[in-house]
Amino acid sequence: MRDIAVVAFSQSACVADIGAVNEVELIMPQLQAVYAQVGLSSAQDVDFVCSGSCDYLQGAAFAFVAGVDALGAVPPLKESHVEMDAAWALYEAVLKIRTGHADSALLYGFGKSSPGELPAVLSQRLDPYYLAPLWLDTVSLAALQARMLLDSGSITESDMAAVVSRSRQNAQANPLAQLAGDIGVAALLQDDYLLAPLRRGDCAPVSDGAAAMIIATVEQARRWGVPYARLTGIDQRIESHNPCMRDLTDSVSTRQAAAAAGVHEAALDVAEIYAPFSHQEIILTRALGLDEAIAVNPSGGVLAGNLMMASGLARVGEVFQRIVNGDARRGVAHATSGPCLQHNLVAVLEGA
Amino acid sequence: MAITEKLSQEFELGFTYTRSTGPVVGRFLTGLRDGRVLGIRGSDGRVLVPPPEYDPVTAEALSDWVEVGQEGTVVSWCWVSEPRASHPLQQPFAWVMVRLDGADVPMIHCLQAPSAEAVSTGARVRVTWVAEPRGHITDIRCFVPVPGGVS
Repeated sequence: MRDIAVVAFSQSACVADIGAVNEVELIMPQLQAVYAQVGLSSAQDVDFVCSGSCDYLQGAAFAFVAGVDALGAVPPLKESHVEMDAAWALYEAVLKIRTGHADSALLYGFGKSSPGELPAVLSQRLDPYYLAPLWLDTVSLAALQARMLLDSGSITESDMAAVVSRSRQNAQANPLAQLAGDIGVAALLQDDYLLAPLRRGDCAPVSDGAAAMIIATVEQARRWGVPYARLTGIDQRIESHNPCMRDLTDSVSTRQAAAAAGVHEAALDVAEIYAPFSHQEIILTRALGLDEAIAVNPSGGVLAGNLMMASGLARVGEVFQRIVNGDARRGVAHATSGPCLQHNLVAVLEGA
Repeated sequence: MAITEKLSQEFELGFTYTRSTGPVVGRFLTGLRDGRVLGIRGSDGRVLVPPPEYDPVTAEALSDWVEVGQEGTVVSWCWVSEPRASHPLQQPFAWVMVRLDGADVPMIHCLQAPSAEAVSTGARVRVTWVAEPRGHITDIRCFVPVPGGVS
């Protein structure tokens, strides 16, 4: 199997409302940044391009096609798209490279969530007969999940607040974060419920932004002469679309993906986890088998800023940057999609 | 990048076409229209409500129909203090996961209750129906608490 390297990553700041800036204008600065990191001039310099976005955010079928304008439509290029977080665009590109159809790939994800009411928009991605007609939303589904954990005694509201407190603390060192600060558990527990048992702090904020990444074979990375991290494992698993058919207090698909990606074949020093709700970070930390020696979400994670359809790719990018900067030797990145952690992807990165 | 004035326009998010609901979803929805709640038995013997078309374990097509009760037990709940205009209830309400009597997995719908304090896991609730059912999940108007009912 061909070894794969992550060679470049860039992410925009997480902004609550970017105003009149459109999706192409969100994407282009990130593409320019990753081209510059590798010394490329355009998307013509890679073999394959794949993006991740959600047409529901723009409210129109095939809205993602407009994003291709950021690449330059002429001359033609080999291009694909996932109606998912761009972490799954990374997965598609990894398959493309491993099967010998490309030596390099450009990935990007983008989401401008501010024009709509995000929980209501995402509710329409649920089962169209049993759930979407109720306008049951993602925050409510997460609240049902949190209640089950609280009822089972496996977590407390203080445990949830501790996740939020650590996110805000860590985000103080992340200039791209939307929410950062020094706030303790007691202060967080003073807040009213947003959707009991969830407080506003337990829920990721709504953000606009984009992220981009370049990957290649290790041989191509060496030819380019840029620092890189090796992507030594990647796997993704999905569970039933019906949340009632799953054990919501665990994440079986994360456990399976972590085992298949070889998370515990060697020691880890960093983990970046896509947990849009505080209690989900606890579920995922347990499912990934992370002990207290591992720095979890040193960026602040998505509770500090959540780029729809780009935050999963950004988790991989965060681990890549820490390895290339010498802050970590081996790390795990996680991405999720769907209500209550339905679909999970786990990637392992190591130093060159 | 200069941030200038936003253009905005009214937009209705939704499908502009109709769909056939098929032999399983359609039969369940027709049952609702007739005031009945139908489940389907999976290969592991569990009664699944609302019914999936294919077995969650074997992926075989399912057809062993079972009518379940219209009372059940709250498995989980959350409290919506500020309902949206699109929500089924316009007063503060609870989303509930309810395991109906005779079913083995819960279903999600809304619960009308005076306050969050009136809702609890394990509480007994029952289905109430809209006045003019039309074969839709919202034919169930909502769940309501069963007086004195705690399992």
